[in-house]
Amino acid sequence: MVATVTTAPPHTTQVLSFGAVPNDASSQPVVHLDVDPFAMDFFADPHPTHEVLRDAGPVVYLDKWNVYAVARYAEVHAVLNDPATFCSSRGVGLSDFAKEKPWRPQSLILEADPPAHTRTRTVLNKVLSPAVMKQLRDGFAAAADAKVDELLERGSFDAVADLAEAYPLSVFPDAMGLQKEGRENLLPYAGLVFNAFGPPNKLRQDAIERSAPHQAYVQSQCQRENLAPGGFGACIHARVDTGDITADEAPLLVRSLLSAGLDTTVNGIGAAVYCLARYPEEFARLRSDLSLARNAFEEAVRYESPVQTFFRTTTRDVEISGCHVGEGEKVLMFLAAANRDPRRWADPERYDITRKTSGHVGFGSGIHMCVGQLVARLEGEVMLSALARKVASIEITGEVKRRYNNTLRGLESLPVTFTPA
Amino acid sequence: MPSITFIHHDSRAETVSANDGDSAMYTALLHGIDGITGECGGGAVCATCHVYVDDNWLGKVGAVGADEDELLEGVVSERLPNSRLSCQIKITEALDGLVLRLPERQV
Ligand code: HEM
Ligand code: FES
Repeated sequence: MVATVTTAPPHTTQVLSFGAVPNDASSQPVVHLDVDPFAMDFFADPHPTHEVLRDAGPVVYLDKWNVYAVARYAEVHAVLNDPATFCSSRGVGLSDFAKEKPWRPQSLILEADPPAHTRTRTVLNKVLSPAVMKQLRDGFAAAADAKVDELLERGSFDAVADLAEAYPLSVFPDAMGLQKEGRENLLPYAGLVFNAFGPPNKLRQDAIERSAPHQAYVQSQCQRENLAPGGFGACIHARVDTGDITADEAPLLVRSLLSAGLDTTVNGIGAAVYCLARYPEEFARLRSDLSLARNAFEEAVRYESPVQTFFRTTTRDVEISGCHVGEGEKVLMFLAAANRDPRRWADPERYDITRKTSGHVGFGSGIHMCVGQLVARLEGEVMLSALARKVASIEITGEVKRRYNNTLRGLESLPVTFTPA
Repeated sequence: MPSITFIHHDSRAETVSANDGDSAMYTALLHGIDGITGECGGGAVCATCHVYVDDNWLGKVGAVGADEDELLEGVVSERLPNSRLSCQIKITEALDGLVLRLPERQV
């Protein structure tokens, strides 16, 4: 897609042509807000604006990108759980595939609706099932222990590059069955995918401009002959032999895991370490009860929401909490704002590792709820358990730098010092 | 409203009332029953809503689906012939009085 200028004032950057905003007499008026949730100053501190979005009404309209948006828990949850009305097949980014050609061949799972989605989802559910996790568990745990031992040797390091990135990179590509060569493309490719869900701003434009080598790598790495036996990739291709998917579909499903399986956990683990570094009393509670490791990770996913937003497109006229939204409209879901909605959560600004996290939408909800959630939780749990057993304190020792992406929230750099237990 | 009794691993029993049409997993979460985790919110992904159905009720809760059967292979506590995923048990008036036993661990 050709990107337009983002520095132009609001209202001139008409990305897609929509009809007039419906204004049904019987329904509540939708508040228009002049908020750009894909701008650098927003990313620097989204929480005050999330509050504005939630408080303005159950549904708001963002003039900057001509989209409806929901930021309260109840509406986000409702939209996620009505895939017939709020479809994914027209793209889960701003771009409407009914009007624009997708920047890459459409995902067969993320950007699909039932019944097509049901078939591919069943395949990935099996490839990433609880039984498969049981087999991976010991290896993932040993790698987490080894990583923490290595970092304790060093004492001071960057918890983003050396931990949040290094640990998933040490387990996930091997679990996929990827070749050793070319893995340096994985994070840039994922960064591109998640930037591309956003509007045609500079982040998206730059990412797509630089994408050719990463796309070429991913394309070739998704082919059957390039995936080691026993890995997730080979398991997907094996489903061709059982007739569940076609030979053309398998590489695209492998691509889904390469797109969504690494950078997300990097930011999830990064979020957890950043939380434990900022809230030492929570780290102390974790150290005194290791069984909290899994929930401490889950709470970090709620608290920081590594995946901040996704879109849906309406398939019909619909009322959301009394607000009318016409057919063919993009609806932006603020997962992160829902995860801190005081209407749903007691003390939402508090990172509390004993919180009942169930129901948070950091992994989505409903039929598209993250198919890799067990992989993410496994990585998160074994890493937090290793930290809790081996590290006495995590101290932030330098400037914390944010990384900017249209969809993912995380850090560029988190200098820390570990004191051994 | 149908009532469900959850019997914890340590034999403690909790009886709660369920909404018609809710799943047994959802009912447990709603009432803060600790022995059920339900990490995937009923998406039939996580196998952390494992229960053992009391023998008297086994015939009434319906059959194990093919996908559920595979998921049950991944439960953390032992799988028994009466193992079910509670998110796949839909509560109706006919299940009033249902007794579900909770495994030692879900994760
Ligand atoms: C902390 C880490 C992760 C977070 C926060 C996360 C978040 C999400 C969210 C919010 C969705 C829902 C998308 C929607 O509703 O449109 C999703 C879907 C998905 N995730 Fe994850 N994810 C994580 C890790 C992973 C991992 C490790 C994998 C692969 C191994 C993965 C693969 C996928 C795929 C393929 C989908 C599409 C599922 C569908 O449409 O049915 N994710 N993820
Ligand atoms: S709640 Fe996850 S499988 Fe039942």
